[in-house]
Amino acid sequence: MRTVKHVTCPVCGCLCDDLELTIKDEKVVKVKNGCALCKAKFLGYSKHRVLKPLVRKNGRFFEVSYEEAVSRAAEILTEANYPLLYGWSMTSCEAVSAGIELAEEIGGVIDTTSTLCHGPSTLGIQDVGISSATLGQVRHRADLIVYWGSNPLIAHPRHMERYTIFRKGRFQKEKRKLIVVDVRKTETAETADIFLQIKPNMDYEVLQALRALIRDQELDVDEVAGIPTERLEEIADTMVECRFGALFFGSGLTMTRGKNRNIDAVLSLVSDLNKLTKFIAMPMRGHFNVTGADMILTWQTGYPYAVDFSLGYPRYNPGETSAVDILLREESDAALVVASDPVASLPRKAAEHLAENPLIVVDPHMSATARMADVVLPSTFVGIESGGTAYRMDHVPLPLKKIVEPPEGILSDEEILRIILSEVKRKKAEQMENP
Amino acid sequence: MKVILVTGRTVKQGFWKEYGKFSKAYMESVSVCYMDARDMERLGIKDGTNVQVSTKHGSTILKALKSTRGKHSGIIFVPYGPWINGVVDPETDSVGMPSFKGTQAEVEPAPEKPVLSLEELLKKQFRKLNR
Repeated sequence: MRTVKHVTCPVCGCLCDDLELTIKDEKVVKVKNGCALCKAKFLGYSKHRVLKPLVRKNGRFFEVSYEEAVSRAAEILTEANYPLLYGWSMTSCEAVSAGIELAEEIGGVIDTTSTLCHGPSTLGIQDVGISSATLGQVRHRADLIVYWGSNPLIAHPRHMERYTIFRKGRFQKEKRKLIVVDVRKTETAETADIFLQIKPNMDYEVLQALRALIRDQELDVDEVAGIPTERLEEIADTMVECRFGALFFGSGLTMTRGKNRNIDAVLSLVSDLNKLTKFIAMPMRGHFNVTGADMILTWQTGYPYAVDFSLGYPRYNPGETSAVDILLREESDAALVVASDPVASLPRKAAEHLAENPLIVVDPHMSATARMADVVLPSTFVGIESGGTAYRMDHVPLPLKKIVEPPEGILSDEEILRIILSEVKRKKAEQMENP
Repeated sequence: MKVILVTGRTVKQGFWKEYGKFSKAYMESVSVCYMDARDMERLGIKDGTNVQVSTKHGSTILKALKSTRGKHSGIIFVPYGPWINGVVDPETDSVGMPSFKGTQAEVEPAPEKPVLSLEELLKKQFRKLNR
């Protein structure tokens, strides 16, 4: 029995780095400091594993060697005209980097799960700009916290305990004030000082009303999205009167009517507030390395997600080069999915076309997407069986640890992608020689 | 009954997905529809009755559960997952993001219709598994 300290958690965008794991016979048997989601992952990850590469023949899976599976994968990718490389948010930055190289080599589109969570936030940030901070600054200085369309007690269970409401800061000893805006009284809303239950699809109106009130303009309506104007005035006053406000927003803004325009409005509100006090905004990023995938794509291609290499150089136009749109228009003719389960998470019409494509899946689990695959390449769990780097939601990079040995012979995402890449290059060179 | 469909994360969905998507616990945590108690009364259904949730994009059978999240009459909440993804609006409004929250939907009692397992659901929805 041994213990490993200061382990980074590979579950959500909080990347808590204070876990203490007890290991017995190369299995995690105890998790200290982790939340329910963290414990579920460390204690449950070894179930439903795929331990041999699989290739589909006549509708059925057959166990094959990595060599054979990689050769089939490389064949699919080199033959394709417009392959889609999707996923990337639950693996290391090093694997993402290899994936981008592969996308460029085969002239494909690489898109991340950002497209389904905070893609609209990125568009909003590109339009308006963002005043932000690290979570450490929020923890030590913020006296007002706002969660808008976000339920951290469920999706980021230790966010409030580590950085906001349930934590004293070096320069913030008194209890902080909490405002929650949502369409339901969520678990997080139960703990709020002020809870605004607004009508669905009306966040944009409420945000713009608050902007008007903050500039001392009068509203000539009695209510906005079901909230009396007087109550909105009270919120506007609370925001203006704080010393350091931090507004965290979730997919309650990005997935509803308005999408990126809601983000324009929320970032403009924060920008307005900065003329009167100190205020920051931050998207509540979901998967543990979705921020890292954005970062690596940005520094290697110039764009954060939905990058199209089909013309030989990177192009970015969400709505055209984003995964869901490509799938709905039935344009892709092959797909590689890494560290994600789009068959379970995309709207069905998009998932249907993905399944119809010759499909390669790199995943440790038998996921719904792996179930549809033509080639399954089993991989290690990043942050448990292999190391790497991940970015926290506030863009702080943290090391992921290798804690236990992977099952015998199982490779990491990065290793698998590098082998596919060299096999693709070899096949292309061969074609050049014998056209 | 006309409602607005909101999909999102729940603790059970987040917990059981780590144990594998084909587990019964994952299915039971995701193939559910949280409803306001008054809406359930209006539909004449009990906690645990199956309902059919439909939009113009498709329909699905889920188990209705009484919401513990305050009053939200006119809104149903369904955890993210393959059961509801056939029903949400795939339209991305040219920004890449489908409409997972805030879709107009219809809920009706369906006590005689079963909730499908993930394997049954995939076989029903995807041609590839039937070749």
